[in-house]
Amino acid sequence: MKTIKDIGIVGYGAYVPMYRIKNSDIARVWGNDPNRVPVKEKSVPGPDEDACTIACEASKNALLRAKINPQSLGAVWVGTESKPYAVKPTSTIVAEVIGATPNINAADWEFACKAGTEALQGALGYVGSGMSNYALAIGVDTAQGQPADALEYTAAAGGSALIVGPASEAVAHYEGSCSFVTDTPDFWRRQHEHYPKHASRFTGMPAYFYHITNAAKTLCSELGTEPNEYDYVILHQPNTKFPMAAAGMLGVDKEKVIPGLIAPYIGNTYAGSAVLGLAAVFDVAKPGERVLCVSYGSGAGSDAFSFTMTDRIDEVRNEAPNVKSYVGRRVSIDYATYARYRQKIRM
Amino acid sequence: MEEVAIIGVGCTHVGEPWHKSLRNIAVESTWAAMDDANINQVDALVIGNMSSGNFNDQESLGSLISDYAGLGNISAFKVEGACGSGGAAFNAGVMAVASGYHDTVCVTGIEKMTDVVGDSATKILANASDREYEAIHGISFVGLNAMIMRRYMHDYNVKREDLCAFPVNSHKNAVHNKYAMFRKEIKLESVINSPMVADPMTLMECAPICDGSASLILTTKEKAKEYTDTPIIVKGSSVKVDTIGVHDRKTVTSMKATIAAASDAYRQSGLSSADIDTLELHDAFSIMGAIGLEDLGFAERGKGASMAAEGQIAIGGKLPCCTFGGLKARGHPVGATGVYQLAELCWNLRGDGKVEAENGMAQNIGGTGSTVSVTILGRD
Repeated sequence: MKTIKDIGIVGYGAYVPMYRIKNSDIARVWGNDPNRVPVKEKSVPGPDEDACTIACEASKNALLRAKINPQSLGAVWVGTESKPYAVKPTSTIVAEVIGATPNINAADWEFACKAGTEALQGALGYVGSGMSNYALAIGVDTAQGQPADALEYTAAAGGSALIVGPASEAVAHYEGSCSFVTDTPDFWRRQHEHYPKHASRFTGMPAYFYHITNAAKTLCSELGTEPNEYDYVILHQPNTKFPMAAAGMLGVDKEKVIPGLIAPYIGNTYAGSAVLGLAAVFDVAKPGERVLCVSYGSGAGSDAFSFTMTDRIDEVRNEAPNVKSYVGRRVSIDYATYARYRQKIRM
Repeated sequence: MEEVAIIGVGCTHVGEPWHKSLRNIAVESTWAAMDDANINQVDALVIGNMSSGNFNDQESLGSLISDYAGLGNISAFKVEGACGSGGAAFNAGVMAVASGYHDTVCVTGIEKMTDVVGDSATKILANASDREYEAIHGISFVGLNAMIMRRYMHDYNVKREDLCAFPVNSHKNAVHNKYAMFRKEIKLESVINSPMVADPMTLMECAPICDGSASLILTTKEKAKEYTDTPIIVKGSSVKVDTIGVHDRKTVTSMKATIAAASDAYRQSGLSSADIDTLELHDAFSIMGAIGLEDLGFAERGKGASMAAEGQIAIGGKLPCCTFGGLKARGHPVGATGVYQLAELCWNLRGDGKVEAENGMAQNIGGTGSTVSVTILGRD
């Protein structure tokens, strides 16, 4: 898919809560082997943080780099599966906080871990069709993992905001994107349930790997590229192992995945995962370098995007804190504090 | 009584075929066996299956598989004996042909286990134990086998490391089996250091949850010559049971059902353990391999583990075992396993395997030794 107008990402911003719990601590509590854990540690939102506050922080950083008046935004779209309200938009709060209201389209998007890139696809279409000059798409989550479940080791918090605008102002020029979707029930949460359920090994080959690899191949086929032609490849990162294995299936050199791979240090930020990886790559990519980003959302589907970095990236990248600084800003907490912060104890 | 021969063999790749349903893989192996036998119809279809009602919400497999295999209004039904369902179904098929009741019978072992998640599979597999006296207390099937393993180690002063030789052997043999789930060699240290599932049993001592279907075509020895130059003769086929609960047995380190079924199969065949060239052991857990070797008459009490550790069960050893990967590496789609074992024996006896053999034996266990079939196959 391509847009009518020539567009790109004009600003990006990240945010990761500072609290961390080590996977070895979670393993200790549940009597599992601390040496057999999916990531080193995961980020934990503080007691006063939620998907909305994280989205606000990331959006403010994106505006610092975009250097635009928030009133010029035509849309504020938040992709998340951890909405603070079941009924009431998160996006209206974010839009109000950053000063984008009232002449704006605001909505929350949901597609498990690819809600953020789904919002980005929408923003690319909104700006690319000429309906608006700028649109803000945010991928963010404060993911909940059931105590003792395999997902508790990785369910983390964080997010990234991307402002789409004219190609003349872009830090990353948009070249094309595609979506690959099937009805594949690998992970879900019904209403009134605190924690999601998942279909164990079914979440792997027929879900994550099938959709990620097909989305990447479809986009590359449409653009006449090969996955390994890109300088950086970001694949949705539920853990360390999956994106590295998917890269192998796509014939992508592992060193091209490493710069955007942050799951080992902060865990799986769900809707924030792929877009945080994208922000981490934008932090280091040089003008002219090409970036392939592929998300994955359970249920299931993947969005794939192709970008080329522009000269403007060097001008704006230091206008806001980078992903590395957020990843390195850490306060270690124990399981008891984590249980309190994440309201694991219900009385 | 007619002598019975196997004239066709077919099976599916063992693994996690998420894109296929129970009926798809059952029909696939049934047709493969019929193709192998060069026939397009059978008189009866006997299905070996443990728990399609729980794994797949589907019963009436005789009708389902006959229907989708296009076999029409034949005689078809399911035989159940937990993880020993495949061996029990084979025995029913043999009786049907030996008695003269049917000329040509297809035996299909089928299990589709991956349609449920791990916790559900564990609960369903525990149905192979005594639900009211064992499973109700929360013990899993792995847990029961771990208790047997602990007692065996205590009684015979056997180290855990010695039992770990069974999965190493099975994985090595699976490399050449295109139908196997794990075609990869593993090291002894990997088994020893793999995560603990139920103390003292580790993950790599346990067969995997998986899907698979295997089929055999049976007819009389006389008619077999019309279809093939290499019929495999059923020389002995027996199914015996023991108490369903482990707690009702005087010893847990030996299985009376195995001893009784083996004795019966040896008697039928006129053979002894010395005449068996290759053995398909029910190595769902490494401890089952050791006890099986002893109960079948190949090792002295307490020496089954050392027989494996010394390499006697390797291809090229004294008694090659699990020559296509066994339950551990080929995979253990529970109700299908007994039929996979016999298919693999047929390949060896036809000369298509890695082992030169005149006679081969298979042991298929249901529960913790509550239903056991022992089969002896041989060249014509």
